[in-house]
Amino acid sequence: MQNPTHKEDNEHIETKTTTCYMCACRCGIRVTLKNGEVKYIQGNPEHPLNKGVMCAKGASGIMKQYSPARLNKPLLRKKGAERGLNEFEEISWEKAFEIMEARLAKIRETDPKKFALFTGRDQMQALTGLFAKQFGTPNYAAHGGFCSVNMAAGMIYTIGGSFWEFGGPDLERARLFIMFGTAEDHHSNPLKIALSKYKRSGGRFISINPVRTGYSAVADEWVPIKPGTDGALLLALIHEIIELGLYDRDFLVQYTNAAELVDTDAESDQDGLFVRREEEAQEGKCFDPQDKLWWDRQTNKAVKTHTENIDPFLLGEFTMEDGKTVKPSFQLLVDRVKEYTPEWAESITGIPADTIKRLAHEMGITARDYQIELPIEWTDTWGKDHETVTGNPVAFHAMRGLAAHSNGFHTIRSLSILMTLLGTIDKPGGFRHKAPFPRPIPPCAKTPKGPEGVQPNTPLAGMALGWPADPDDLFVDDDGQPVRLDKAFSWEHPLSVHGLMHNAITNAWRGDPYKIDTMLIFMANMAWNSSMNTTEVREMLNDKDENGEFKIPFLIVCDAFQSEMVAYADLVLPDTTYLERHDVMSMLDRPISEFEGPVDSVRIPVLPPSGECKPFQEVVIELGSRLKLPAFVDKEGKRKYRDYPDFITNHETEPGSGIGFLAGWRGKSGEKFMTGEPNPQQWEMYEKNNCVYHYELPRSYQYMRNFNQGYLKWARRHRLTRFVEPITIHLYSEVLQKFKLAAQGKYGERRPPEHLRERVETYFDPLPFYYTPLETQLTDTQKYPLNALTQRPMAMYHSWDSQNAWLRQIHSHNYLYVNRKTALENGIANDDWIWVESMHGKVRCMCRHSEAVEPGTVWTWNAIGKARGSWGLSEQSNESQKGFLLNHLISEELPGDEHLSNSDPVTGQAGWYDVRVRIYKAEADEPEQTSPQFDFPKKIKGLGKVSQWLTYVAGKGGKS
Amino acid sequence: MSQLALVIDLNVCVGCHACVTSCKEWNTSGLAGYLSDKRPYDKDPTGTFFNRVQSFEIGQFPKTEMVHFPKSCLHCEEPPCVPVCPTGASYKREEDGIVLVDYDKCIGCKYCSWACPYGARELDEHQKVMKKCTLCVDRIYDQSIVEDERKPSCVLSCPTSARLFGDVHDPDSDVSEKIREQGGYQLMPEWGTKPANHYLPRRKTSLTIHHDELVRADNPLKKEEQLPQPDFDDPSLDDVTSW
Repeated sequence: MQNPTHKEDNEHIETKTTTCYMCACRCGIRVTLKNGEVKYIQGNPEHPLNKGVMCAKGASGIMKQYSPARLNKPLLRKKGAERGLNEFEEISWEKAFEIMEARLAKIRETDPKKFALFTGRDQMQALTGLFAKQFGTPNYAAHGGFCSVNMAAGMIYTIGGSFWEFGGPDLERARLFIMFGTAEDHHSNPLKIALSKYKRSGGRFISINPVRTGYSAVADEWVPIKPGTDGALLLALIHEIIELGLYDRDFLVQYTNAAELVDTDAESDQDGLFVRREEEAQEGKCFDPQDKLWWDRQTNKAVKTHTENIDPFLLGEFTMEDGKTVKPSFQLLVDRVKEYTPEWAESITGIPADTIKRLAHEMGITARDYQIELPIEWTDTWGKDHETVTGNPVAFHAMRGLAAHSNGFHTIRSLSILMTLLGTIDKPGGFRHKAPFPRPIPPCAKTPKGPEGVQPNTPLAGMALGWPADPDDLFVDDDGQPVRLDKAFSWEHPLSVHGLMHNAITNAWRGDPYKIDTMLIFMANMAWNSSMNTTEVREMLNDKDENGEFKIPFLIVCDAFQSEMVAYADLVLPDTTYLERHDVMSMLDRPISEFEGPVDSVRIPVLPPSGECKPFQEVVIELGSRLKLPAFVDKEGKRKYRDYPDFITNHETEPGSGIGFLAGWRGKSGEKFMTGEPNPQQWEMYEKNNCVYHYELPRSYQYMRNFNQGYLKWARRHRLTRFVEPITIHLYSEVLQKFKLAAQGKYGERRPPEHLRERVETYFDPLPFYYTPLETQLTDTQKYPLNALTQRPMAMYHSWDSQNAWLRQIHSHNYLYVNRKTALENGIANDDWIWVESMHGKVRCMCRHSEAVEPGTVWTWNAIGKARGSWGLSEQSNESQKGFLLNHLISEELPGDEHLSNSDPVTGQAGWYDVRVRIYKAEADEPEQTSPQFDFPKKIKGLGKVSQWLTYVAGKGGKS
Repeated sequence: MSQLALVIDLNVCVGCHACVTSCKEWNTSGLAGYLSDKRPYDKDPTGTFFNRVQSFEIGQFPKTEMVHFPKSCLHCEEPPCVPVCPTGASYKREEDGIVLVDYDKCIGCKYCSWACPYGARELDEHQKVMKKCTLCVDRIYDQSIVEDERKPSCVLSCPTSARLFGDVHDPDSDVSEKIREQGGYQLMPEWGTKPANHYLPRRKTSLTIHHDELVRADNPLKKEEQLPQPDFDDPSLDDVTSW
């Protein structure tokens, strides 16, 4: 080999920093360019998130940048052409904006809800949500409803925080780490960094998952579980921990509502509500007032909570002076889990009762006998000084394995309660929050309450997405019918805090609850892997009414690549890649905060846009200005912001609020943070500082933040929150009880429609309970005995990476993994072509035997299969010929005529993992090709050229 | 004489493939490049990689282990690929033990890949020369790179720091210490190739619970005991006896 230190003379090398977006993790990166082409993308060692490391996706950013699937020009569907065929003509951006402006202005001045904006990216909601609100449409959501809203809602309604961007396991100090159903994670590289450090420091790692892949591979113990039964396991663990007295009583008394007294008079309209001291009632404020009662063991009377030197009972039944019978909510929990024995859970989960007991013992013993005490002084919200912060070093993590079931909300409530019983919330070695969490339970954002909140030429009278505290916060009309297209915040799914994007297209197509005019989809592949019931959704997208008009009249799609969804667009807006745009990871959104304090970051272009690509951010600013939405124009109606960077610098949430999209280097010369006047040099300051702003809280503010006076006051001073009241953990959820009472006709004014009354009464239970997932209840499980799942591979992010020449060599097609014994019982050999069939449809694919999956489960990698002709791939590509999509087997609605979403009845979380299937060998004369197949659409003119060889060398025009 | 090598810790490798693609991106534009890809957007894409991760299952359900096994040229101390090379293209460097291929001399005859028992060499089908891991020889001595980052690309990128890099001949190096203390092993030592790269095995952590730990003096349930408490006016001995 040549001299390794040799350098060519004519090369121009430069290195720039920005933020990765090969997945939602958002690591800091350094990009080295040679003669203007990307030579090397590496993790930025000075970035707090990834500390220099990368993942397979991030290191393949070059192949995304130069992918032949990139869209280069705005495209308009040819007049008269069907959707789905890629029959486009190229148009100018000016024409594209004129089309959108005319259409949207007309909708806005007549009926703004006829415009729907749904985005696959839930980390750009600060801007897209602002646009939707300003436009005045309630029909806005990101993809959380079909991703993991159960995780957000289940935890935030219980502990005021959640996993991923909002909080996570403190593996730095944990001794026992239990991971439920996670293959790969949002917080991908940080979790990997933490996990390896954790294992090296001798921590014990247990994985509970039907499948052993991903992180589970390095677990000390793998506990296989039947999908959708985690709730049963968690309730049995709670049972055992209480039975043996392994819970943290002090934590429960001081920091949760365990000791608070609940009215247990079943006849009363106060049934199941906390007994309150009326003199302290505080209406209309978004915090949990300290107006509840404990039962004092000394005086045998009810007393104000947190009365000094009082040790209340957690168990028992007591009679108040007025004759009212009350119980501490912990007693109700104990009553609830009485029947949930490990033996009961064994029959449901497939985990031996002895294993369940041992798991409970390991958690309890580690929490109690390996306690951590850090010499950190702090003051609680009741004014009591503490000399130390203590930690019970048991940490948990979970993702869609728990969430993507229609019983997931209560499962995740159970997990949150288990974490609370062990005393691990925002403590060293347990779960820790990340700014701007914790939030009040529930958080303050609310939608309008009814259709009057949607008015022509007027911003929406509330947020499009919110956090209902009681039935009065629902977004329904006088008949209890939904105002939103996706029926979020209606009685069908009252706490659907991330919306139900998975039902948006079906509802729009059916005109239920109403017809819309224009749907704008940003970066979401609704014609493929982002939709349940993919085949029919594709038909709906192209379906016409009796007049020959499309049932969804106008579809705008913004994407950087030629996805399956692009083919169905009437108007295609070519987005840039992440290397070509300004962008922010904002505190108003889902930032990249660390346990120790808030972190936000930016993207700054390292390359000019290719072709005529325009960042979606610029499209939003331009449209907002043209439509004269108040936030984007001045009093005279003139455009306020030159472009997106200008908007980020100068936009404040309200005039003079000092709160903007970026928290770092605010104030006229960058001397302030979190709040402060706009700083004209803010972008430059981010650029000089590795594109990231990190504020480290004083140590005394880093723990116990639900009840940490110092932290909460700091958060109020810096406008992260308005309230400094303690965020008491909701072991018992009075919010849920209020919905139950409404269904019983006992609470407030609003009542569920009759057909939903029993549903609300059943699923809005203030304490978690186990039930079989809804679809399974409606499935003939004799005929369809197997659970079918997907997992996310570490080297591919959803559908984004099939156009990536390097990553597609790692996963160019997928198999259905079947336990070897199960496969052989069905006469299926390794690599056989088989049919997988659910009650909704069937798919032909290849089978792989595996010993790393429990016998009742089959699984595959998510979104490897592609429709023929998409993503710049050839007609013969493995992705379309051997790869397959499980979505064809999964319905977006439950069986029956009611058109109920196939979702969690509390949150509207899509029940992806509830589907039951059977498998059988394909006939010998069938083609060795995946089924269903779809017509090969036309090639889009202007896409990159594809040759049979790729020999990439940076700085030479991409050629060797 | 030093021998540079990788020590790969299977205890923490989660099979993410960061090493695979970060190797590819560095080397395709580096001195060992390019690394061609055949049919990049077509059926059965196949390209040159210096480093691949193989994943396999061990054992039977439910006692199954899933092992992710990254593999690249092991920079053998007795490299069988070198003596078989008819042109002298394959060679082992004196100064650091890195095994390299001089593309200018390579005629693509594949003798070396047949001789390699580890399948670590890949013929670049476009350039028709044999290619393999160079331990990023064009990074690790480059004075224009900050010292901390003069490491192979795969080592820099690995999110679980499962890839350690150093001199296995230096008994005080981190890699030597890890090999010594954590049971580092070579692949197929019986071939006598003396691979420089080593692997660290899986290590399990368990918790033993003694029965008496479950019977706790601090059992909080004790605080909830409520013995019956009769009313003051209920009958009592005081009403009927006088001693």
